Amino acid sequence: MRGAPETMRVLRPRSPAEAVRLYGRHPEALPLAGGTDVMVSWNAGLLNRRTVLDLSPLREWSRIRRTRAGLVVGALATHARIRDDARVRAAFPLLAEAASVIGAAAIQNRGTLGGNIANASPAGDSFPPLAVYEAVVHTISPDGERRSRFLNVFEGPKATALRPAELIAAVELPFLPKRPTRQIFRKIGTRAAQALSKTVAAGLLWLDGKGRVEELRFALGAMAPTVRRLRTAEAFLAGQRLTPATVDRAVELLGEDVAPIDDVRSTGAYRLAVSRALLGGFLRG
Amino acid sequence: MKKKRSGVLRPEGPDKLRGLARYVDDLPFPGGLHGATLRSTVPRGRIRAIRFDPDFPWDECVTATAADIPGQNCVALIEEDQPLLADGEVRHAMEPIVLVAHAERHRVYEALGHIHVEYEPLEPVLSMEDALEAKVPVRAPDNVIKRISIDKGDVDGALAGADVVVEGEYRVPHQEQAYIENQGMTARFEEDGTLLVEGSLQCPYYVQKALVRAFALPKEKVRVVQATTGGGFGGKEEYPSMVAGHAALLARKAGRPVKIVYDRTEDMVATTKRHPARVRHRTGLTREGKLVAQDIDVLMDGGAYATLSPVVLSRGALHATGPYECPNVRVRACMVATNTPPNGAFRGFGAPQTLFAAELHWERIAGALKKDALRLRRLNLVREGSETATGQVLHESVGARDVLEAVVRRGRYSEKKREYARWNRSRRHPSWRGIGVSVCHHGAGFTGSGEAFLASRVALALTRKGEIRVLTSSTEIGQGTIAAFTGLAARTLGVPEEWVTIERADTGLVPDSGPTVASRTCMIVGGLVERAAQRLRERILESTGRMPSTRAEMVREARRLCGREPALRVEEQYTHPPEIRWDEETYRGDAYPVYGYGATVVDLEVDRTTFEVRVRRLTTAVDVGRALSPRLVEGQVMGGVTQALGYALLENADYHDGVMQNPQLTNYLIPTALDTPPLDVMIVQRPYSRGPLGAKGVGELPMDIPAPAVAAAVHDATGLLLTELPILPERILEAFSSDPAHRQR
Repeated sequence: MRGAPETMRVLRPRSPAEAVRLYGRHPEALPLAGGTDVMVSWNAGLLNRRTVLDLSPLREWSRIRRTRAGLVVGALATHARIRDDARVRAAFPLLAEAASVIGAAAIQNRGTLGGNIANASPAGDSFPPLAVYEAVVHTISPDGERRSRFLNVFEGPKATALRPAELIAAVELPFLPKRPTRQIFRKIGTRAAQALSKTVAAGLLWLDGKGRVEELRFALGAMAPTVRRLRTAEAFLAGQRLTPATVDRAVELLGEDVAPIDDVRSTGAYRLAVSRALLGGFLRG
Repeated sequence: MKKKRSGVLRPEGPDKLRGLARYVDDLPFPGGLHGATLRSTVPRGRIRAIRFDPDFPWDECVTATAADIPGQNCVALIEEDQPLLADGEVRHAMEPIVLVAHAERHRVYEALGHIHVEYEPLEPVLSMEDALEAKVPVRAPDNVIKRISIDKGDVDGALAGADVVVEGEYRVPHQEQAYIENQGMTARFEEDGTLLVEGSLQCPYYVQKALVRAFALPKEKVRVVQATTGGGFGGKEEYPSMVAGHAALLARKAGRPVKIVYDRTEDMVATTKRHPARVRHRTGLTREGKLVAQDIDVLMDGGAYATLSPVVLSRGALHATGPYECPNVRVRACMVATNTPPNGAFRGFGAPQTLFAAELHWERIAGALKKDALRLRRLNLVREGSETATGQVLHESVGARDVLEAVVRRGRYSEKKREYARWNRSRRHPSWRGIGVSVCHHGAGFTGSGEAFLASRVALALTRKGEIRVLTSSTEIGQGTIAAFTGLAARTLGVPEEWVTIERADTGLVPDSGPTVASRTCMIVGGLVERAAQRLRERILESTGRMPSTRAEMVREARRLCGREPALRVEEQYTHPPEIRWDEETYRGDAYPVYGYGATVVDLEVDRTTFEVRVRRLTTAVDVGRALSPRLVEGQVMGGVTQALGYALLENADYHDGVMQNPQLTNYLIPTALDTPPLDVMIVQRPYSRGPLGAKGVGELPMDIPAPAVAAAVHDATGLLLTELPILPERILEAFSSDPAHRQR
């Protein structure tokens, strides 16, 4: 362990308002939510002499609320809470499923949805579900509150569009207008637990009474610098019947929106082939 | 004899469970400094200069380089080629160059960032094929650390006359030991000049030998103590000598205790791994499938220094045929040097590499002969009276056939093979299913004359308090040495286990029982414990007529027997059975005193979408002679086969420019509990007359068996013979893509 707590400064706000105030005064501080990523940096000594803004005791931000339009998941809601929440499981099962495969039990008990988003890993497992549920991210800073479309929060690997001293307060999940005909969540991590995804997929499909695609939403993680919706394939299939030819075309068009790379976890070729097989299998039903 | 107890299985267990056991980083350390290591960043080069940033407060630190070593600059082991600190030249990346110590741990890592080494880069050799070609000489004279030849009969003649000749090439990668506790050592010099080191280690006397050389001290002035150790798997056989040397060097210069504890990344990137290997087989058989010739070529990558590589190669070569009888055998084995961090001991010690090839080769042979691989094995397996490649006649305790038949029955090998062939015909199923089998042998104890040279010693002491102390340098590294020796001594003496304690492995207290390696602890050292216990029992019986049955009686008798001494001590030393003969020059004779045997049936499925492999069940049978403690044996088997599943399916050490690119447990994947399938373990008892109560070695055997069975099962499931480990989904996809016969998707 290279972390030296005696060199670090920890700010401990007691309310969200105080957190925003403190962050405004110390924009260089590193917000700590569940700490599952922070501890990795801490262990490597990367946080020595740094200031940490400890948000973890802020219970106001750990709740899951129901509104008329949807669920509002507090940024500090843990993956375990999301995984076990009956309302999330009923209305947003893909998110509940993602929460149940992030890391392993210990990570799920500590890690939070807001922390997951702020960390902006290209492979964040909660991201494809949030992308297909078209989540809205609520943020707050000394300048006021803001709402951003989920996909707009990310600018690149480990980079967000959050402004200095801006904190994620909650993630809003609008209820789906109607039940999807089909849905899928799949994480490919090869190891059964404590695995970082090689590819991670979430999909929602609505077919009309005549078997035509009303809407397809399909998102992939670990396939590009940030999570991606397959806009090209989605647009192509809108209004189409799912025939072998249209499915094949959609699978081919997947390559328009993602460009996976070879890295220490997998190969671009594998990521692409498996993502295509997942999309194809999902569309074929 | 006392009945087997079902109570406390592991005397040291409760303290570990309650967090009371003290590992090296938990030891009290008043006034000590934290040490850290500056390592090379190039695979090969001359050191032009070492610069220390003038702005950094070096007066807070203690630093050491090769120039500070009082004795010989080497980590003495088999050879003396590996420096304790690089001097003038670096031969691999991550080679230690400068040591720094500071009172605060985080400051010592900061200090490392203020030291700059200038290199004159030299062309490195990074692959074993390049090393063998020797266009770039990196180790005199020909980049070869060791060659071994085994010859039996007339291989060329037999191949020429064989009905069928089957060829194959197999590859296995580095593997990380991934013990739970990283490497760590403390060192201090006592007032009388004794160097005392304490830490995480398997072999206290190896560390002592290395320190004696590096510090030019007499043996008596170097005391090595094992702290509670969180796993070793061979990884703490040789490397602790390096860490101890570094801590001692800093302690000597600082005049204060120094502790060096690696973090996971440093441990994985810098310390030893299992040797990668390429193994080629050319096998001649009769039409019926009887072996007539095995021509085997083994190439292993030793890394930059010899470490234990010569003996790893030896064990690899001696297991290269698999447990089969063949009249004509040629093994050519070669260990080359590359500019990569040295590889070293790891559970199995060369055998998992060559056995993977030997066992998986049966799949190729079965394909060529259009016969079932199981039937072919039955036709060729060793039995009592068989002669091995070195001319060793297997006189007793040969359970090869028993273990194979046990797993085939319990694993329902033949039924499942038929059932899965039907399952795989349906495209609606989300997976392909397959079943594979392998059977392996593992020589117990040191290779060849090793045990004769070691001449291990143990002692038993009856103290005035009536306590029986077992004094050995065999270490508890999680595998159950304490439990095994406690049980063995108590059973032999005929006293309750509570009366027996195992002395800690401290060179100041215990005799040299040899290293804790090579599946030798139970069989060899345990044998000495048994003999010493018998002698102690005789001494007690001579004096008292019967074994005391109460503690009070024992204390009374102990006082009488001890007289004025604090303890009555009996010592035993290993004597090599004269009928076990080995010729190191010709590689003829009895390569090992005896072999353990194991077989595994692997039942798995391959996802048709992701090509991920999920092992559904693993059925293993082992013949370890007599199991001194069946539950300990089961534990060893379960741990070993799980480690082997990681080797087979997950663990992918990724090297670029001679450096491991994924030295974190997030990227170097070892199996988790959820990856571990139901494990079915059977113990087949074929007692060995020279082992204690009939026991043979068990530690390494389970590591040898599963990988080839996994590859065979993937072959059964998909029709793809993947001859290189690990069998990653990426590789299965690649094999499908490049195999036009399988483009059904």
